[in-house]
Amino acid sequence: MEEKLTLFKNRKRFGIEKNIDIIFKNTALVLSSFVAIILLGIILVVFFQSFESFSRYGLKFLVTSEWNPVKDEYGAFTAIYGTLVTSFLSLLITIPLGVGTAIFITEDFVPKVVREIIGSFVELLAAIPSVVLGLWAIFVMEPFFRAFFVFLHNFFGWIPLFSTEPTGRNSLLAILILVVMLLPIVTSIARDSLIQVPKKLRNAAYGIGASRWKTIFSVILPAALSGIMAGVLLALGRAMGETMAVTMIIGNSNAFSWSLLSPGYTISSMLANQFGEADGSQVSSLFYAAFVLMILSLVVNIFAQWLVKKFSLKY
Amino acid sequence: MNSLYYQKRLSRNIGDKLFTSLSVICALIAILPLIFLVTYILIKGGSQITPELFTLEPNPPGDDLDAGGINPALIGTLIITTIASIIAIPVGVGGGIYLAEYSKGGAFSRFIRFGVNVLAGVPSIIAGVFIYALIVSTKILFGSMYSGLAGGMALSILMLPTVIKTTDEGLKLVPNELRYASLGVGASMYTTILKVTLPSAFRSIATGVVLGIARAAGETAPLIFTALFSYYYITGFGDLFYEMGSLAVLIYNFALEPYDAQNKLAWAASFILVLSILSVNIFSRILAAFTEKTKRV
Repeated sequence: MEEKLTLFKNRKRFGIEKNIDIIFKNTALVLSSFVAIILLGIILVVFFQSFESFSRYGLKFLVTSEWNPVKDEYGAFTAIYGTLVTSFLSLLITIPLGVGTAIFITEDFVPKVVREIIGSFVELLAAIPSVVLGLWAIFVMEPFFRAFFVFLHNFFGWIPLFSTEPTGRNSLLAILILVVMLLPIVTSIARDSLIQVPKKLRNAAYGIGASRWKTIFSVILPAALSGIMAGVLLALGRAMGETMAVTMIIGNSNAFSWSLLSPGYTISSMLANQFGEADGSQVSSLFYAAFVLMILSLVVNIFAQWLVKKFSLKY
Repeated sequence: MNSLYYQKRLSRNIGDKLFTSLSVICALIAILPLIFLVTYILIKGGSQITPELFTLEPNPPGDDLDAGGINPALIGTLIITTIASIIAIPVGVGGGIYLAEYSKGGAFSRFIRFGVNVLAGVPSIIAGVFIYALIVSTKILFGSMYSGLAGGMALSILMLPTVIKTTDEGLKLVPNELRYASLGVGASMYTTILKVTLPSAFRSIATGVVLGIARAAGETAPLIFTALFSYYYITGFGDLFYEMGSLAVLIYNFALEPYDAQNKLAWAASFILVLSILSVNIFSRILAAFTEKTKRV
């Protein structure tokens, strides 16, 4: 009996080990709260830096398009409009292409090996840095589409969207490079959510005599919808914040125009262009624009997360 | 009788054919430009590669026909990405450990997981703006303004969510039996984590982290007004506190130059950047596939 007790005594955990355990846990806790600190830090810093401009222009900043460092007048309408138009229009082109490709990869039109190769290839493309896409857009895409833009202008010039003479870089090119950029995102997320639809559903639909595409449209797509929507919103957030490729090809002009064939501006390209050389109240106005961009992407992101939680179907 | 056979003319069969071809067309439209893009970058950039490229400084743009090399940018990218990793990996792995091992799904951990997702969606240029306001404009780092160190910090903000997420998810895949066994033989919590769960999740965490580093290496937007750009060799430790070039910013600056020599340099830099990022991606994919096949438990 005596012997056993001493054995237990020796087996008792040392005080120092207990302390290490506690320290380890608390370190991990502190490290994990860094995320929250950084996130709040970003929001607060950008907000306070934009305060001067915010108190001077208020919400008028969002609807005027004068951006004149000489006269010290700032309004970001052109950039905000450019951000929204380029991201929404690029998404409009990307969604059918991306979802169509995802369906092609998940159905059995071609052998599995081919589909897997296509799938992983598309995913690899998401890894290409956007600055390289911008380089490609400048030297390959712009010359390639020049004739097409002239054609667009000549035949559809009566539509305000194509009303200006195409001269080199413009918003439409930015939209197209965004499509190249978003396609891998939308395709791979749509594919993932299509794959997760249980086989039972498909077989049940086939069993009651539905054709392949009837099954896809009425059973599989609705079941995968929340995942696809989340992917689309993620892509929208990416498109709004995308900087390099757009900055390099959009032409960077603050003159407002409805036409997609004229040079434009987005918030992020404005930041990329002017931040390094700005001073005085221009810096504050740029921070204000950055704040607007951040709010836009935060709203899109939070909405996407909410959507996934709310509508994820459970089988 | 006939209804047992496939009838081509039936409207549902015609519709099916139509949509099938539509999706094939979608896939072609989506994939062909992408294939073209990659081959073009590899061919056009690969043809500019010379040995001097890796050893020389870039010449300032001008009528000079010889553009020089990209040595400072290459080294700069390595340094800035290393700084980012040194910051992001410990913080991210530690945070991931807390989320996966300690938290019990309460409000705090839900908030952090939400924050990770939100931070992952913050536009990369905002990270640059943040570091500019916090570090560059305040000259808080020993009076230096634009510096490689500030650039690395901006990149670390972008890497952090990826590292936390992969650690969290990698640890969650470790079967609970391993934890029970380790705790059952009397190991404390931190020994269990460091000796049992972390090692068994090591490969999946490492894969995610490496992919995160590869992504950060190509980021440009956070660097253009934190690290800026430099034409000169990096000679010593003190250069961390000065402007530092990187491949990504070199591509951006030189693509917009009107001179052919600089444009060629941009293509060469793209080749190196794309090739290294793609090979890291392919390698880690193969490794992940290999692990999945050999996984026990």
